[in-house]
Amino acid sequence: MAGPMKMRATLAGGNTEVRVLMTHPMTTAQSGQPLHFIQTVTVKQNGKPVLEAQTSQAVSRNPVFSFRLKGGAKGDKIEVSWLDNKGESNRIEGVVA
Amino acid sequence: MKRLSLLLALAFCVPAPAQDAKKEIQKYQQMIADGSPVELFEIGGEELWKKPQGPKKVSLEKCDLGRGAGVVKGAYARLPRYFKDADRVMDLESRLLYCMSMLQGRSAEEATKRVFGNQDTPSEMEYLSAYIAGQSRGEKMAPGTTHAKEKEAFALGEKLFFHRAGPWDFSCASCHGEENKRIRMQDLPVLSKPAAARPVVATWPAYRVSNSQFKTMQWRINDCYRQMRMPEPVFASEATIAVNLFLAATGKGEPYRGPGTKR
Amino acid sequence: MRAFAVLLFVPAVALAQDVEKVLKRDFKARGQATMDRVLPDALQRVCNETNDRPPAELAKTLEADQMKTIAFPAGSLIGSWQNGERIAQGGRGLTWSDKPGGPNDGSCYNCHQLSPKEASFGTLGPSLYRFGAVRGNGPEIQKYVYGKIYNAKAYNLCSQMPRLGYSGTLTEAQIKDLVGLLLDPASPVNQ
Repeated sequence: MAGPMKMRATLAGGNTEVRVLMTHPMTTAQSGQPLHFIQTVTVKQNGKPVLEAQTSQAVSRNPVFSFRLKGGAKGDKIEVSWLDNKGESNRIEGVVA
Repeated sequence: MKRLSLLLALAFCVPAPAQDAKKEIQKYQQMIADGSPVELFEIGGEELWKKPQGPKKVSLEKCDLGRGAGVVKGAYARLPRYFKDADRVMDLESRLLYCMSMLQGRSAEEATKRVFGNQDTPSEMEYLSAYIAGQSRGEKMAPGTTHAKEKEAFALGEKLFFHRAGPWDFSCASCHGEENKRIRMQDLPVLSKPAAARPVVATWPAYRVSNSQFKTMQWRINDCYRQMRMPEPVFASEATIAVNLFLAATGKGEPYRGPGTKR
Repeated sequence: MRAFAVLLFVPAVALAQDVEKVLKRDFKARGQATMDRVLPDALQRVCNETNDRPPAELAKTLEADQMKTIAFPAGSLIGSWQNGERIAQGGRGLTWSDKPGGPNDGSCYNCHQLSPKEASFGTLGPSLYRFGAVRGNGPEIQKYVYGKIYNAKAYNLCSQMPRLGYSGTLTEAQIKDLVGLLLDPASPVNQ
């Protein structure tokens, strides 16, 4: 059961700035507990994948991700989703303000 | 002349290690304030506020936090205060317990079973505190100070603040009693003075990055007493509410910035 | 003088008793932090009632009482500064989340500067950097340092420094190691 996500997408200087907050324990090998961390973050702009990030254990618990997408317009649909090493996932959809 | 000016230049170039550390801490504080998990706790809190619970299967949406039943906006900034229905001064967490009991029919035992959470599972109080406090962003801190019981609670809080006890003879003022002091690298605000109390009350409750946990005021007071080598304060007891009111009233007038993000 | 001192205390005593009642009612034992800790001793009573500014004569008398609690070991009081540095760095001891009976530490860096290599030091207490270099390390200064750590209130009645020996936080050997940290010429504190 994945925790809440929150997203803000705005236009700035002709580009789309996206900030996403994610809930995830991001448990690392250091903790001695089973590994549990986000491995991929995918961003879609109007249904089209525009960014895929492969992330590692170095990212902290409850991470914040910021992206800048070239161009874009008000009303664009932005979707951010993540997949972790256990196969769990979560996604959030929003609109560029 | 050249040699003298070179020496002078070198003298001014030697960095004091503590000053460098302070700058780095300020940078770090700016970084963590940007995009804080606090917002996730506010979302979780709003969900809990609306969730039917307890034997009566009712949500907290009719809870009166001081501005009328169900009014969350601006409520936190006006706490702690006297409540006629309970005939006592209450802070946010004691008021939530009251509503859990009165509205939801939950027992005190059940509602207080797990008031402090951990990084994997926050407690209800943490989510609810974040949500309700967040709804006071921009409001001037204005806890109750005029009712007779509010005055009594303030006086008790003030006495407790300066009261030395325990095997290490500590009072709150042992750490928070003198200007420009710090414990290790943590600056210590003189919480009995408005100038220092204001920015503090304007940013608590808060998310502690180092533990990945949202810390409420009851937790903060609890952990202070632990570090003072005292026995444990009873959750939402009169003593804790009095200390809370003393701090909030000393910091009154400050616009609330919302739940903070701390080291 | 004594009658005046008593009059000074009467109104303060009434308030102090309210607080004591509240502490007994609103606190509970947890781990090694038992409820005897809310009962004030005579020193805490005086410091609370005088806002940490007791009349000079009374302070002198009570400081002498505190001095009587210190059992100074025979011989050299300078222990291992290497151990001392570890004890000064650590913060374990006496809280409800600490192991009863220890091992405990001194929490010294919380309040003091000591070794110049440690940038993370507090300023609640004076800097102890070069303490031994400045004051020497003979028997008298050894006794002073040992006594201060064991029971700081013997030297300044309402000092904010905890009574680390008297409270059972540190052992005799640990305090000697801290004396070593402050006074041993080889200690980083004295470089």
